Amino acid sequence: MELRNRQLRDIYVDLLMYYAEKYPELVIVEADLMKALKTTMFAEKYPERTVNVGVQEANMIGVAAGLANMGKLPFTHTFTPFATRRVFDQVTLSVAYSKLNVKMCGSDPGIMAQLNGGTHMSLEDVGLMRNLPGMVVVEPVDGVQLAALFPQIIEHQGPVYIRLLRQEFDPIFEDDQPFTLGKATTIIEGNDISIFATGIMVKEAIDAAKLLKEKGISASVINIHTVKPIDVEAIVNDVKKTKAVVTAENHNIINGLGSAIAEVLCEHYPVPMERVGVKDHFGEVGKKDFLMEKFGLKAKNIVDAVYRVLARKDTK
Amino acid sequence: MENRQTLEQHAKDIRKLTLHTIATLGIGHIGGSLSIVDALAVLYFDQMKIDPKQPKWRERDRFVLSKGHGGPAVYATLALKKYFPMDLLDTLNVSNTQLPSHTDMNKTVGVDMTTGSLGQGFSAAVGMAVAAQMDHASYKIYTLIGDGESQEGQIWEAALFAGNRKLDHLIAFTDYNKMQIDGVVNQINDVHPLDKKWEAFNWYVQVIDGHDVIQIQQAILNAKAQKGKPSMIILNTIKGKGAAFCEGKVGSHNMPVTKDMAKEAIEGLE
Repeated sequence: MELRNRQLRDIYVDLLMYYAEKYPELVIVEADLMKALKTTMFAEKYPERTVNVGVQEANMIGVAAGLANMGKLPFTHTFTPFATRRVFDQVTLSVAYSKLNVKMCGSDPGIMAQLNGGTHMSLEDVGLMRNLPGMVVVEPVDGVQLAALFPQIIEHQGPVYIRLLRQEFDPIFEDDQPFTLGKATTIIEGNDISIFATGIMVKEAIDAAKLLKEKGISASVINIHTVKPIDVEAIVNDVKKTKAVVTAENHNIINGLGSAIAEVLCEHYPVPMERVGVKDHFGEVGKKDFLMEKFGLKAKNIVDAVYRVLARKDTK
Repeated sequence: MENRQTLEQHAKDIRKLTLHTIATLGIGHIGGSLSIVDALAVLYFDQMKIDPKQPKWRERDRFVLSKGHGGPAVYATLALKKYFPMDLLDTLNVSNTQLPSHTDMNKTVGVDMTTGSLGQGFSAAVGMAVAAQMDHASYKIYTLIGDGESQEGQIWEAALFAGNRKLDHLIAFTDYNKMQIDGVVNQINDVHPLDKKWEAFNWYVQVIDGHDVIQIQQAILNAKAQKGKPSMIILNTIKGKGAAFCEGKVGSHNMPVTKDMAKEAIEGLE
């Protein structure tokens, strides 16, 4: 399967179809956004395993819960705000509380809703979903990582929220690199600062580390693809070495990756820390570059945060 | 098939146990539990294909109580069917109980779906019927919603979809007792005419006396024979049916029930 030079949705749908052969119980449940994620391709191959309820997100989750209750393996698809905040009670009770094995995919996370604008920008979805007992929250960064994590998502017995970029992605990983659901991935080893990043912010974190290296600062870059359950051991081990942290996420800095890391550090190894992300603000219409600039999601914003943290570390 | 006398006796036994269960705790959803008893009696003692010795039997019929607050009536029914020992009924809502206020499949043997947030159980039952349709299954999915619950948007989302999907594995009931927590349904946000609404959503609709066991039995038989449509059986019921202290009373949704009140009501059923 080609894992580069394609949109992430094409890889995702190929994976769905590939594993549908192996798992006859795999079905998809849709709410009129099949053309957005291109699950139409799945529907052509497996019409009898495709359920499209139309514009009914609450019912999509309810129907998926019912299917899971009968032993099916449902994957639901819609945009991130409709996969989470719009159906939060359905996800909470019909799926999580009921302990049903539903995989919920939300596409176009955070500012990646781009021209759909503020109404379609979920900057709270990670916070909502990681608040639910038993929920796994995962945001694959590129095609290689998505392909490696996908069978683990299937094999995991319980609900999973997949926060999925839909279109072009920055290839980060080598084809044969292994990933484990729930385990952090170290991309760069460093000694002065730990940068933890998810999603589109991984590329920015890598760029930031390069800029910092030119200034003689050695940064770790660690990808937390699974925000829940979070890899406490990997986080603490790296921070013991660097004693300073910056997090980077395409999400509100409240309740997302930054908060999750802060929770880990407060309990295990408190150090100076800053969170790069959207600063308690709603989104708005714009292209990716404009929005990343506007909300302070660029490599340079990570670099600035690193300098501020290092200053605090030095005076400690 | 069971006859009227037998089914009415089962219904009477479920009513008595429901009263006993709620009175043991001292408070509970008595009104909406008693109004669904006759439907439960016909389902569990006559029409549903179930085996209490194999509660997870793959080919069984399922029942989803979407108005999950009617749990006590379901628990009484399951106890009478010997899914669990009778004395478990005395633990309703007691710490660490297997019998919570609202039905929970992960806590109670014999419960087929977790419900409580109104509208959601119905939607899940529709999903279960989709699975049955995909598998060309021989079993049915039964579900029961409330009339107050019918004000929920998710009910009508699922209704629209089930009708269009021609889910004839699905047989639903509405407990049309005309009352909800804050008062009378038609004074709060009326659902009338229910039958025309469901017909408009492409369902096979029957309107019957929800306390007449033979009408219920016949309606289920009619529903089973339907091809290409989900079924809605609208049960005209009385909230608190069978217990004078709460029958037809708006305040019966969730109310204190003493052992004396229950004793008098149980004697009244004889």
